[in-house]
Amino acid sequence: MKILVPVKRVIDANIRVRVKPDQTGVETANVKMAMNPFCEIAVEQALRLKEAGHAEEVIIVSAGPEKCQETIRTGLAMGADRGVHINTETTLEPLAIAKMIKAVAEKESADLVILGKQAIDDDNNQTGQMLAAIMQRPLGSYISKIEKNHDGFAITREIDAGLEKLQITSPAVVTTDLRLNEPRYASLPNIMKAKKKPIDIVTPEQLGVDISNRIEVLQVTEPPTRDAGVMVSSAAELVDKLKNEAKVI
Amino acid sequence: MTYTAPTRDLLFSTVHLADLEGVAALPGNADATADLVEAILREAAKIGEEILAPINRSGDINGVKLVDGQVQTAAGWKEAYATFIEGGWNGLPFSPDRGGQGLPWLVATAIQEIWHASNMAFSLCTLLTQGAIKAIELHGSDQQKDTFMNNMISGIWSGTMNLTEADAGSDLAAVKTRAIADGDHYLISGQKIFITYGDHDLTENIIHLVLARLPDAPAGVKGISLFIVPKFLPDENGKWTVRNDIETISLEHKLGIHGSPTATLAYGSGKYRSDKNQKKTGAIGYLVGQENHGMSYMFTMMNVARLAVGIEGNGVADRAYQQSVRFANERVQGTAIENPKGARVTIVNHPDIKRMLMLQKCRIEALRSLGLVLGASFDKSLKHPDQEVRTFNQAMVEILTPIAKGYMTEMGLENVSIALQVHGGMGFIEQTGVAQHYRDQRITPIYEGTNGIQALDLVGRKLLRDQGDMARAVIEHIGKEMETVHHTTLSSMRAQVTEGLNAVEQSMNTILKMASGDTAGVDMKQAAAIADPYLRLWGTVMCGWQLAKAASVAMDFIDLDDGGDPFYRAKIETAKFYFAYEMPKVAYHQAVIKQSANCIANLDTAIFETLQ
Repeated sequence: MKILVPVKRVIDANIRVRVKPDQTGVETANVKMAMNPFCEIAVEQALRLKEAGHAEEVIIVSAGPEKCQETIRTGLAMGADRGVHINTETTLEPLAIAKMIKAVAEKESADLVILGKQAIDDDNNQTGQMLAAIMQRPLGSYISKIEKNHDGFAITREIDAGLEKLQITSPAVVTTDLRLNEPRYASLPNIMKAKKKPIDIVTPEQLGVDISNRIEVLQVTEPPTRDAGVMVSSAAELVDKLKNEAKVI
Repeated sequence: MTYTAPTRDLLFSTVHLADLEGVAALPGNADATADLVEAILREAAKIGEEILAPINRSGDINGVKLVDGQVQTAAGWKEAYATFIEGGWNGLPFSPDRGGQGLPWLVATAIQEIWHASNMAFSLCTLLTQGAIKAIELHGSDQQKDTFMNNMISGIWSGTMNLTEADAGSDLAAVKTRAIADGDHYLISGQKIFITYGDHDLTENIIHLVLARLPDAPAGVKGISLFIVPKFLPDENGKWTVRNDIETISLEHKLGIHGSPTATLAYGSGKYRSDKNQKKTGAIGYLVGQENHGMSYMFTMMNVARLAVGIEGNGVADRAYQQSVRFANERVQGTAIENPKGARVTIVNHPDIKRMLMLQKCRIEALRSLGLVLGASFDKSLKHPDQEVRTFNQAMVEILTPIAKGYMTEMGLENVSIALQVHGGMGFIEQTGVAQHYRDQRITPIYEGTNGIQALDLVGRKLLRDQGDMARAVIEHIGKEMETVHHTTLSSMRAQVTEGLNAVEQSMNTILKMASGDTAGVDMKQAAAIADPYLRLWGTVMCGWQLAKAASVAMDFIDLDDGGDPFYRAKIETAKFYFAYEMPKVAYHQAVIKQSANCIANLDTAIFETLQ
């Protein structure tokens, strides 16, 4: 089995995100970047399947500017075998990304694509679903467990009502939830080895995908700041405020 | 009490100030490119921030315990150690032939700051192991290397350094521990004190390196030999399960680094007399190199160990600095001085708090890069193909080592005190956590040669011995480096460093003259009396050199991209502050060197006879 893991380079989770002065987006210049945490979980799961003898190869793919190769190397340092970098400076929308991953997955004959359920930058939660749809493959979204068996994969999904257990056939697409695993630290020897692992570089044109944007961003603003709270002296005052000031009851 | 590894600054200093490119060009270092170093720093940062920093406090509060002769580390330490060695971090600078990663000392120096800052007490274990590996690598027999090195490099076994005895601290000539030849090994008996990680439960075996004296050895340092004495010896099947005759008698109660066991070890007390050794007393040990050469072997690894302590001193100070910055940004006290009727403000707005934060910041960054420059000099002195370059870098190592150890720990001590001061009364209570850094850091000016000894080293071995040749080579090098600081806005910094270098040279001449007098003994006393300000003068000028260079590199970057990056703007502000606030100490130190020798050297100790 071959596993393809698409990963996204995002602003590091510990950094306070700032809106650009011209409100066209968020500031990413000179900001610490890292692999999206949900994608780390996806890489970890692919490696565990490989270590359990279910997969022969784990391939990392990422689309974006040249710096994305650092993020691919992070996956290679965790233990993945090789990378594919889709090189483009264009801002990418989920559908364009899904189409490009489809092209790579078909070229690589990947049996399983594991994605993070969403990226912490724009929280779209769309790429995995779109990918499964356009590839016409079974989708296991928000999984907290996956096991390979002879029919495909036994998965557990995290849904509003609790846990849903399903069997899906291979080839398939799954997206990871937080509880699936705890990603490993890359070992020093693996970081050094990662440097020598191959990364193929392709362009969206070579993959035959039209990545032109279909959504126009009008304005990006900071969320409104919260005002300081007030202490109320009695339950009656609280009820009064809820009724007359907040007008919620 | 979170810790943020200064990965960006470490990378900046490694690449732009410590010449990573030059180090990567040395034979066998081709892997050490900037992108690899960045990847390594980022993963080390994760280990430091997520694994080592969180158990730093539990180590301080719970300390270590001696239970039935076995030392137990605090909760969570075993797991952290396992993660550390599974990641292969222990073997970073060592030979790939023995399971290491063969990375240059420059890279090891950068990574070490993260270990020491995130958890100094924990990292001492790996620091001591590193020193012991180095000793065996440089002076052990092939058989000893094969037997011990691989397991120590992987971290399955740890190492210790057994030098100190009750009557032999700074003065190792007084070592009394005995070694008697017994077939293919020696029997060691005596008591060693202050043995860092002398016993613990993190590894399967502990390899002690012990200084001891043979029965017919000459007196003094020329009669000391070095032995490998493992806690466990091999059984008939070659498994290391037989307890050697080494007893952990007690653990010290210390001001700081409570998580690090400081043991008193009794060799040959008879408690663990092994089968092999039933009738004779003494722990079984193996001689390293030749008899009576132990002290010179110790010295060959002292430079690396001294730099490591310097990095500890500055690394813990950085951790305390970070805490003071967070506190100053959160703590609301008083109104802005220019707007007394306005709203209350966070204390970071108060001028005196800004002063205290900047003072820490400028010293920490300057000393960080100075340590890295020394790391790069180690590499070049060992591996550069050109003999002249090797010789020059050896001079850099000789001069920089006492300065790195002495000044990094001395300024670190002042810095942790300032970090605590920023907290006000909140700093003096233990809950805020900054007090731990203050207590932990306090050992660094003491061990691995007190700072007094570093200053004597800088005057004695590094100045008087060659009449200033090495020192002048370093002065010339710094002068040349300052020529690259070409921006006109930085010209006053360049001038101040030049003045500083002149002050160093004049002070050198003062000391050389003193020590060349007719009554040599008396005059040496004078030179020793002003060794400390002489080291501080060097340190002050060298920090100026590093920060001026950093500002210059930052300006080059700003010229390239409109100055959008606050990191580079901060570099310039930091240098400006240093040159306004710290660099004027050059004149002060120079004056002290000129004036104070007599009032110290000729002082009658009678003045201390009566306390009244």
